[in-house]
Amino acid sequence: INHIVHNGGLYKRPFNEAFEETPMLVAVLTYVGYGVLTLFGYLRDFMRQWKIEKCQNATEREEQKDFVPLYQDFENFYNRNLYMRIRDSWNRPICSVPGAKVDMMERVSHDYNWTFTYTGRVIKDIINMGSYNYLGFAQKAGACQEAAAKVLSQYGAGVCSTRQEMGNLDKHEELEKLVARFLGVESAMAYGMGFATNSMNIPALVGKGCLILSDELNHASLVLGARLSGATIRIFKHNNMQSLEKLLKDAIVHGQPRTRRPWKKILILVEGIYSMEGSIVRLPEVIALKKKYKSYLYLDEAHSIGALGPSGRGVVEYFGLSPEDVDVMMGTFTKSFGAAGGYIGGKKELIDYLRTYSHSAAYATSMSPPVVEQIITSVKCIMGEDGTTVGEARVQQLAENTRYFRRRLKEMGFIIYGNEDSPVVPLMLYMPAKIGAFGREMLKRNIGVVVVGFPATPIIESRARFCLSAAHTKEMLDTALKEINEVGDLLQLKYSRRRLVPLLDRPFDETTYEETED
Amino acid sequence: QEKEELIEEWQPEPLVPPVPKDHPALNYNIVSGPPTHIITVNGKECINFASFNFLGLLNNEKVKSAAQASLKKYGVGTCGPRGFYGTFDVHLELEERLAKFMRTEEAIIYSYGFATIASAIPAYSKRGDIVFVDEAACFAIQKGLQASRSNIKLFKHNDMADLERLLKEQETEDQKNPRKARVTRRFIVVEGLYMNTGDICPLPELIKLKYKYKVRIFLEESLSFGVLGERGRGITEHFGINIDDIDLISANMENSLASIGGFCCGRSFIIDHQRLSGQGYCFSASLPPLLAAAAIEALNIMEDNPDIFQTLRAKCERIHKALQGISGLKVVGESFSPALHLQLEESCGSREDDVKLLKRVVDYCMNSGIALTQARYLEKEEKCLPPPSIRVVITVEQTELELDKAASLLKEAAQSVLN
Repeated sequence: INHIVHNGGLYKRPFNEAFEETPMLVAVLTYVGYGVLTLFGYLRDFMRQWKIEKCQNATEREEQKDFVPLYQDFENFYNRNLYMRIRDSWNRPICSVPGAKVDMMERVSHDYNWTFTYTGRVIKDIINMGSYNYLGFAQKAGACQEAAAKVLSQYGAGVCSTRQEMGNLDKHEELEKLVARFLGVESAMAYGMGFATNSMNIPALVGKGCLILSDELNHASLVLGARLSGATIRIFKHNNMQSLEKLLKDAIVHGQPRTRRPWKKILILVEGIYSMEGSIVRLPEVIALKKKYKSYLYLDEAHSIGALGPSGRGVVEYFGLSPEDVDVMMGTFTKSFGAAGGYIGGKKELIDYLRTYSHSAAYATSMSPPVVEQIITSVKCIMGEDGTTVGEARVQQLAENTRYFRRRLKEMGFIIYGNEDSPVVPLMLYMPAKIGAFGREMLKRNIGVVVVGFPATPIIESRARFCLSAAHTKEMLDTALKEINEVGDLLQLKYSRRRLVPLLDRPFDETTYEETED
Repeated sequence: QEKEELIEEWQPEPLVPPVPKDHPALNYNIVSGPPTHIITVNGKECINFASFNFLGLLNNEKVKSAAQASLKKYGVGTCGPRGFYGTFDVHLELEERLAKFMRTEEAIIYSYGFATIASAIPAYSKRGDIVFVDEAACFAIQKGLQASRSNIKLFKHNDMADLERLLKEQETEDQKNPRKARVTRRFIVVEGLYMNTGDICPLPELIKLKYKYKVRIFLEESLSFGVLGERGRGITEHFGINIDDIDLISANMENSLASIGGFCCGRSFIIDHQRLSGQGYCFSASLPPLLAAAAIEALNIMEDNPDIFQTLRAKCERIHKALQGISGLKVVGESFSPALHLQLEESCGSREDDVKLLKRVVDYCMNSGIALTQARYLEKEEKCLPPPSIRVVITVEQTELELDKAASLLKEAAQSVLN
């Protein structure tokens, strides 16, 4: 039974999130599996060292053999012995538009994944459940593509200058005004890369003497931005509001660690949808805490913009809150808009400050014009300003697909993490051997899935992750579900015992926060 | 309770301090239309001396049609990182072509020029390693070094004696603690053509130092790729050095190739490591295929017309000579560098005043039809802040008439503003 949280009227709709606990037998078997692989790894390394087995790694130049070695042997142990075995599940090359169905180039390996050769054949019409194509804007024909083609022939592909020098085109100004209107904020600024948006703007906002409270499972770009800023970083447990409140109280009461001076500012870093867990941030509670303790909120909507909310405006609309409560709204254009880049939206003072002091505005080339045009057209489509209801229909279709897919998978008996409304669906695999097997079996059945293991997830919690799209029709979903059912029976993946642990009863560890010194 | 009172009393700083309305970096120039040879800035038509479009490929019809074909086939975005269905055959082709062009074993592509070197350095150099870097290194290198948490040792710009002194000091340190020395990696990071000063690094001496002190070299060739060398292969071709002597070459495709993104090339032993540990590669969406196709076509043009490099060099020499002797402004940069700086000979006293004065020179030129820009820096963040300057960029598309016009206009502007 899912646990519904209402929490004093902060939530206007039920918040259903569940993380079923790992069954004990499965956990034990997973550790055993890793143990066996590690033993074999040592054996193989031993054989390679004594030249019994041929070493297939690339090696250092003869002239540089007496330099200090570039890589530690142990660092690459995981890479050589575990990752290499299932390397064919990743970096699969495709040769068509990444829509609901893709064409993939076939590749084979004759030496156990050390090298790949392309046979030249193309596997056609694979159902794509791996690309972040939430609203289906990855298309090779249609209004967006035509507009982008026109801008490409007029402006060219590159810009060759930075925003502050000669790279600020009229298209960029148009885009920024449109994005600000879409989000409901005063002003916005767009950048060429989503990763860089985080890593270059967080250092501009906070510095030494400030405190950053960051969620356990934040993305690498947020972690890098926080580290580069020089502020003190403290981590609170994933989506756990008691942990966050405790940290906030202690920070204000005790001040900075050694000098006891008060903090200059406190910034809370959260994401809209966490891509590995499929969970949605508890935004009403975070905003209530932020107001009570006078801190600032940085919301990274990389996956949730366009995908949540009745009109696609993201997690703020999903909870029915006002965008003015969030101090810095950040997002990317790569996922729901079918383009590339990132943006930051907020009050005019904030954006003016970023225009002057952001690292990206001063040193990095501005966005390419056809990409900007693709974003403009797709945002207008979602808002309904292009005169059709296509945008609205897509947002509805995505919500329906999400609910249907998740319900069917749960009924089949798989362990699915995350919130019921999130289009990111992680399906637990746990055992290392099943990671490779699942990826390969699904490909044989013409379905492309994404599998993730360590180090992106904790070592025993490897998973397969499905990304739903508005471009998936019900037939495609049904085919996919049928195949997943078969593979699930074949690999014995139906772990769920239907005993779901309610969220608040997850044990909260009273030991204090970790502080990372830089 | 006490705690409640403390929470009540604490007042944070505002999230951002207010920015004065006339801050020079706040009011951007608005370019309407494509930033090509003739550019419309703030409503005025000018000749473009400010965009890094060295080989004039921004407006090239073949490049645009290749990008159009790719747009029709793949759409705009890739909707995923390289590991999860974001690898297209165009990316693989571009990597192969770049590796073949630079005559190395392998190349790897990033989707953002700034992120290329800023992700490459922390992939190899970790806490406890030592990096010797030139003072005039660009901001992207500085951020990469900061992310790597290594020990940074700055040596004076292009001063090999200073570098050798630092290396000798390190050697004596090593002899005190040989066990630690055996696991500490050492790197030298230099640029082929420095963005901040317009001169080149003395690569042959660096190679000698490399083998003498057992240090690895990372070369950043953003400005010199497609400019130096007989066929545009960069500074290694310019000096005639074996490319395998350089451990890693990193460049961005946003200058000569008129596309977006960056690449690193070198031996497979080194480049392959970035596929799993380069942050900007693993955790970020891949380059849109239309930009990759544009880059491939630009490479084709570079390979088919090797004489454009000579033409560019001749133009650079011409304007370098023409700009000598302007009263009040001195030219900073080599004679064959396509990106020069014009700095004030005598400073007014404060950086703000210098910036204002240079702005008046730039405005004078813009009103008469030559588009120039000041070189922009983040004043508080740079380690060694270069003095304020005007950036002059030379491209193949500028005719001799236009070059002469620009030089005489700058002379006039300097006369009227600075005297």
